[in-house]
Amino acid sequence: MSSIVIVGAGPAGIAAAELLCSHGHRPIMIDEGERAGGQGYRRPSPDLDLDMHRLMGSEASRYEALHRCFAALAEHIDYRPRTLVWAIEGSTLHLLHEGRAETIEADILLLATGAMDRVAPLPGWTLPGVFTLGGAQVALKDQGCLIGRRVAFLGSSPLLLLAAKQYRQMGGTVAVIADTTGLAAKATALPGLLASPRTLLRGLGGMAGALRAGTPLLHGVTPLAIEGDGHVQSLLLRDAAGRERRFPCDAVALGYGLKPETQLADLAGARFAYDEAFRLFLPETDAFGRARPGLYLAGDGASIGGADAAEASGALAAHAILADLGAPPAAAAVRTLTRRVARLRGFQRSLARAFAWPVAQIRALPDDTVLCRCESVTIGAVRTAMAQALGPVEVNRVKAMTRCGMGRCQGRVCGPALQEIVAGASGQDGTGAGRLRGQAPVKPIALSAAGESTP
Amino acid sequence: MSRASADVAIIGGGLIGVWTAFFLARRGQSVTLFEKGVVGAQSSGTNFGNLRLQGRFPGQYPLSLRSHALWEDFEGLIGEGCELAQTGHLYCAFDADEAARLEAYAQVSESHGLAIERLAPHDLRRRFPWLSDRAIAATFCARDATANPRLATPAVARAALRQGVEIRENAPVTAVTRQGDGFRITTADGRGLSCAALVNAAGAWAVHMAECFGETAPVFAAGPPQFVTEPMPMVFAPSLQTIDGSVIARQTERGNVILAGYPRTAADAVANRAPVPPAKTLAAMRALAGLVPALAQAHVIRVWSGIEGYLPDMIPVIGRSDTTPGLFHAFGFCGHGFQIGPGVGLCLSELIMDGATPTPLEAFSIARFRTPAAVSEKFLKEFDRPGDTAIKRSPETVPTIGHG
Repeated sequence: MSSIVIVGAGPAGIAAAELLCSHGHRPIMIDEGERAGGQGYRRPSPDLDLDMHRLMGSEASRYEALHRCFAALAEHIDYRPRTLVWAIEGSTLHLLHEGRAETIEADILLLATGAMDRVAPLPGWTLPGVFTLGGAQVALKDQGCLIGRRVAFLGSSPLLLLAAKQYRQMGGTVAVIADTTGLAAKATALPGLLASPRTLLRGLGGMAGALRAGTPLLHGVTPLAIEGDGHVQSLLLRDAAGRERRFPCDAVALGYGLKPETQLADLAGARFAYDEAFRLFLPETDAFGRARPGLYLAGDGASIGGADAAEASGALAAHAILADLGAPPAAAAVRTLTRRVARLRGFQRSLARAFAWPVAQIRALPDDTVLCRCESVTIGAVRTAMAQALGPVEVNRVKAMTRCGMGRCQGRVCGPALQEIVAGASGQDGTGAGRLRGQAPVKPIALSAAGESTP
Repeated sequence: MSRASADVAIIGGGLIGVWTAFFLARRGQSVTLFEKGVVGAQSSGTNFGNLRLQGRFPGQYPLSLRSHALWEDFEGLIGEGCELAQTGHLYCAFDADEAARLEAYAQVSESHGLAIERLAPHDLRRRFPWLSDRAIAATFCARDATANPRLATPAVARAALRQGVEIRENAPVTAVTRQGDGFRITTADGRGLSCAALVNAAGAWAVHMAECFGETAPVFAAGPPQFVTEPMPMVFAPSLQTIDGSVIARQTERGNVILAGYPRTAADAVANRAPVPPAKTLAAMRALAGLVPALAQAHVIRVWSGIEGYLPDMIPVIGRSDTTPGLFHAFGFCGHGFQIGPGVGLCLSELIMDGATPTPLEAFSIARFRTPAAVSEKFLKEFDRPGDTAIKRSPETVPTIGHG
C-alpha cells in the first residue's frame, strides 16, 4: 500500500484523514503543533481549564465536532505531533522531532499547512507589545492570556471585530478598532459577500457588538505610527476625515488577513501563480487540490478560504487521492464538495476586496520604517539599493543586495510588504516583482539536530 | 542607445567578466559586457567568500598574490566596500597524514613569500579555545581574508559602468561569429555588436562558445551548497577549514556563521538549478558542531547554492584561444575563482592590450584539453558523482554559435 503523508492537523488535514481512514488507509499525520486543531481550532492545554465554548462563540459546535472527529481517528492514523517538516527532497520528507533530524518517505503527500498573518509594516511595528492578530488570538486560545490590558486592533480584516469581541469577553479593554479599508470599498464588495451569509452575519454582529460596547470603530484610516518608549504606549492614525488621532494603548494587534504557508508546497515542486485578488503568489492546483502527481494541497495553505473551506477541501483532496489510487469515483460527494470549496474561496476573494491589503499605504511608508525585522532592513535601504546603477528590480535579488527577507523568518513576515515596495519602486505589477523562493530549512534548525559526528 | 561596436566584448557578468571590463575601460578601451541574467548572480554571488592564499595550486601563486593585492585595495579601486575582512585562515588537520599534507602546503606557501604559522595542539588550545581537540595540528595565514560575494561583483560592475563600460543585463548571447579579424555578437533580443576582441567568461556556460571556435574543455556544472546560521555572539574570527573538506566555515562580522557543504553537488546549467540536498546541510552541521562545540545550538536559517564550472584537473582555463586570434577564455574556476578574480581580470586586460602579461598563465591554457585531461585526486573527492556531472545539453537551449 502506498504511504500517504498528511502535513498539518487542522480542519483540512483531519477531514482528509477521516475520509482516507474510512477507505482503509492509515495515513501518517505530521503536525508542528502540540495538539491537533490547527490555528483556528487550537485546543488549549487541559490544565488551563479555558471555557472554549464561550471563546469559540458561534464556531463552538464546529470546534467540538472537529476535535471529536480527531479523537475518533487517533488509533487509525500514525499521528506525529511536535514534528516539523523542514525540507522535502523528491519523495523524502526531512523531519525534526524532539530536536533530532529524521526522514520518512511519502508516496503520496497532502500538504494542509494552513496560513499565517499577513503583516503590513508601519513606523513602530517592532516595538514590544505589537502582535499579529493571529498571535493575539493564540495568546488567548493557547495560553488564556491577553496581549495587553488596553489593546488597539489595527488592520484590514473582519477578524479585527471578532478578536476585539473575544478580548472584551475575557476582560480586556479595546482602545480602538481601526480598519484601513473605507466603508465605500466594503459596500462595493457586498454582493460577493452574500455568497456566505453566515460569515457576513457574524461580521455585522461583531460591528453591532463593538458599537454597543462603545469601542471606537473607524474605517478608512491611515496608520501613522505605533508610539512608545521601549513598549507600546499609543497608536497614531489619520482617520477618514483627515484628522490625526492618538489612541493610548499598551498593545496593538495587527490584522491584514492571512497568507498561505506555502514553503513546503514550494519545496515539493508545486508551481505558483500571482493572484490579483489576494496580491500573493499562490500554488497552482486543479479544482480538487492536485498540484502535481503525488502532491495534493488543501486548506488555507492552498488558498485562503477559512475553516469550512479547509475542511471541505481536505475531503476533496482525499477523494482525489483515492481516485488516483484507483478507487471508484464518488461523483456526487465530489461535486458537492467542489461547489462548496469554490463558493467559500470565492467569498474570501470578495472579502479581500472589502478588507483590502493596503497597497498604497505600504508604498507610501517613510524610508525609516523597518521592513525586515529579522535583519533590521528599512524600506529606505531597499529603495536606495533599487535606485542605484544595476539596482535589483526583483524580490530575490533585492534580498541578496539588502538582506531583506534573509533572516530567521525567511521573509514569511516581510515578504508581502517587500513585494509591494519592489513593485511600487520598479513600476511593475506583482508578477514582475517576483516571489521569494522557498528554501529549506523552512524553520531554523539547530546544528545539534544533525547528531554526533563520527570521528 | 546601445553601441554598435566596441573594442572588446565580454560574455559573462560574473566576477571575472566585470573585473576584466573594469581594467580594460580604465585603459581607455570601449567595452560591452553581456550577461544572460544579472551581474554576479551565479557562483560569483553565491560562493563562500573565501580569499584564501593557503593551500592553493602551486602554479597559481603569482596570480593569487597579484589578485590579493587588488582585493586589499578594493575600496580604493572600486569606490565602495564589499565587507572585506582580513580574518586570517586556519587550516586544520585531524591526523598525522593530514598534518603532513598541511606541512607540504605550508612550504609551498612560504616559497612564495607568505608567512605561515604552524600550530601544535597546545598552541591551538591556547589561541583558539573554541576549537575541539579533534584538531591535532593547524596552519594559520594571517593575510587570508574574506569578503561578501553578494556585494563584490555588483560593486565592481558599477565601477566599470563609471569607467564607461556598457553592461547589458538580461541579454543572453545567441550567436557569435567571426567578422573579419573580429567578432559579431547577437543577443536574444536580436540586437548585435561588432568587436575586435572577445572574452569568454561565461562560467559553466562557457564551453559552448569555445566549441564554436573549434576547441573544447570538459566543463561540468556543480554548485557548492552553502548554509548560514542566525547571528551568534562572536565565537571565532578566522575562516576555518579542515583539510578533509568536512568543515569550511566563517563567522561574519554580524555574527552569522556560514558553512560550505562538501562534497559539491552536481547542478543543472540548462535548467539553471543548483540543488542543496538536505543531507549535505546535516553533514555540514554535524561536522561544524564537532569541531566548534560552542555552536551546537546555533540554528541554520537559510541555504543556497549557485552554478560553477569545473574541470577535471581542478584548475581553470585562463588565456588566449588556441585556435582563434582575438578570443580569450577565462572559465572553469573550479570553486576557487573568487580569490583570483581581480587578478584574472587584470591579466586578461594586459593580454588583450599589451599582448602579454607578467603573470605566468601557461598552466591554464585551453590547449591542455586537446588530449584527454588528467583527472585530479581532488576532483574525484570533491563531487558526489563525477561520472554523471557532464553538462547536460538540450538542443533548444544551446546557442547557435559558429564561424561566420
